Amino acid sequence: MPIASSSARVAISLHGVTIVQQGKGVLPDMNTSPLARENAQSHAPATAGEAAAAVMPKMQTESLSIYYGNFRAVADVTLPVRDRKITAIIGPSGCGKSTLIRSLNRMNDLIAGAHAGGKVMLDGEDIYASGIDVVDIRRRVGMVFQRPNPFPKSIYDNVAFGVRLYGRIPKAELDDIVETSLRRSALWDEVKDKLKQSAMALSGGQQQRLCIARAIAVEPEVILMDEPCSALDPVATLKIEELMQELKQDYAIVIVTHNMQQAARVSDTTAMMMMRADRAGEMIEFDETQIIFTKPRDKRTEDYVSGRFG
Amino acid sequence: MARGTMTDPPNPAARTTEADVADTQAIRARARQRRVQASMARERVRRVTNAVMLGLTGLATLLALIPLVWIIVDVVLLGAPSITPDFLTQSFKPASLGGGGVLHAIVGSLILVGLASVMSIPIGILAAFYVVRNPNTTLGLAVRFGTDVLAGLPSIVVGLFVYTLLVVGRSYSALAGAVALAILMLPIVLRTTEEMLKLVPDSLREGALGLGAPEWKTAFSVLLPAALTGVLTGLMLAVARVSGETAPLLFTALGSNVLSSALNRPIASLPLTLFVYATQPDPIRHAQAWAIALIIMVIVLALNIGARLIARHRAM
Ligand SMILES: Nc1ncnc2c1ncn2[C@@H]1O[C@H](COP(=O)(O)OP(=O)(O)O)[C@@H](O)[C@H]1O
Ligand SMILES: [Mg+2]
Repeated sequence: MPIASSSARVAISLHGVTIVQQGKGVLPDMNTSPLARENAQSHAPATAGEAAAAVMPKMQTESLSIYYGNFRAVADVTLPVRDRKITAIIGPSGCGKSTLIRSLNRMNDLIAGAHAGGKVMLDGEDIYASGIDVVDIRRRVGMVFQRPNPFPKSIYDNVAFGVRLYGRIPKAELDDIVETSLRRSALWDEVKDKLKQSAMALSGGQQQRLCIARAIAVEPEVILMDEPCSALDPVATLKIEELMQELKQDYAIVIVTHNMQQAARVSDTTAMMMMRADRAGEMIEFDETQIIFTKPRDKRTEDYVSGRFG
Repeated sequence: MARGTMTDPPNPAARTTEADVADTQAIRARARQRRVQASMARERVRRVTNAVMLGLTGLATLLALIPLVWIIVDVVLLGAPSITPDFLTQSFKPASLGGGGVLHAIVGSLILVGLASVMSIPIGILAAFYVVRNPNTTLGLAVRFGTDVLAGLPSIVVGLFVYTLLVVGRSYSALAGAVALAILMLPIVLRTTEEMLKLVPDSLREGALGLGAPEWKTAFSVLLPAALTGVLTGLMLAVARVSGETAPLLFTALGSNVLSSALNRPIASLPLTLFVYATQPDPIRHAQAWAIALIIMVIVLALNIGARLIARHRAM
């Protein structure tokens, strides 16, 4: 459905409302700008819950800037992260993608001198506000890293690690959580006979799926993935991508990737980042993934996604 | 090649005759030959140097091994005959009653080293975590400088320090001896733990913290286990190091002839007993001193081999 102007987009999104009212609105309308549709849906929600989800993104950065000491690495980013959707962050290397995604569960706090300006809302609550329990935020917003980083423990203990943080839990229940998590991360069949063996003996792709299992075992609300496939071969990459489609039924997912095809394949919305002249990274465009890859508004986005840049 | 192309105008200077060609070829051949000869000469020099150096290093290794082998053989030959069941299960008796055994010294050593370990290992490991996390703070730098100085301190100085602190005005005691040994163990425990923790990739810490683990939980259930083999190796070497210490015990634990486990009284230890027996004009005591030397050597050797085995067998 080609779109000529932003007014046309609103018209289509209004059309989208009709579909919502007919009860088929769960399918994402790829040609609609998310903000436009959220506005539209807020007028005529299918259900109260859906309306709330549509109006308020699961997470939202508001004029977020991240500094390393005096150096501003990310400038004024306002990025919504919708529930049960995959949000991709793309852009040339060094533009602040990792910095941005790490700010979503305050992993940047671990770096001396790093601090944030602006807000990061999680369910309408600023996670950088004073009095917020960082540990609690990290339990609600899980993270999968660029390189698989299983603990040098058994497969079972890796998955159980986060769960055990909540205190003692009956063995049977823990077994159950471990199995469910491994099944959901599509690893169960490969490891069910060697749960007590070291996780370090798994292949890279298996280790990354184990890290995903470890993250979902604590039932987070959002999963952050910083280039989760960059250290993996194509087969393992495909598995992770399929897995992401499964997981998005339940979670909001944010993925940083420098692989354009991957962003186009897996994500629903895409944020395009670029480095400014002062080396601060800014978000130059945010839209439905299909728009970013077919009709970006910004010339730089077009150059980048078509491979004419970086 | 390029010069001989058809389109080039004939250049008189570049024109060559058959004789010229032969000349240049001869010159080149001679040059090549000289090069080969020179390189062969260098090769010979290299080979000779190589052989000489190899011989020297081999000789040095042999020289270094001689005292070690000599000591081991001597200690085993002189010590083994005295090691009997009685020797290991009895305490001191006068020479007139056969001299007895060294159970009191074995127990004393176990208590001293055990107590020293209990004191130094937790402090060393906790301090290592602090130093790794805060390497450039004033306290972090101070601790590292302090451990370096402490590691280089002669053990008798440590003994003197503990003597003035815990013995003067009170009495010689097992506790004072253990404190002296603990101070000697501390820098080894701290330094090896620190080095091993530094080897643990930061991604593990991020992984644990990213799951919502608090910092202390991350330290003890992820970082320490990941560094465990290295840390254990360090602990064993620290224990081995103080198992043979004598000087700091001379004026702290003092030594004793009775089997005792009281911490507030003097206590025996293997190295001290060895020292005392060896300096007595009595063949029975001399034989016993050699036997004690053998026991200490076996313990230290076992600890070292144990450390190596642990280091080789990466737990996971
Ligand atoms: N720990 C850090 N300390 C200081 N500067 C950093 C740190 N991490 C990243 N940066 C800087 O922040 C900018 C963005 O980095 P990053 O977020 O890693 O980019 P990307 O993930 O897009 O490649 C870069 O200029 C980088 O040099
Ligand atoms: Mg990055």
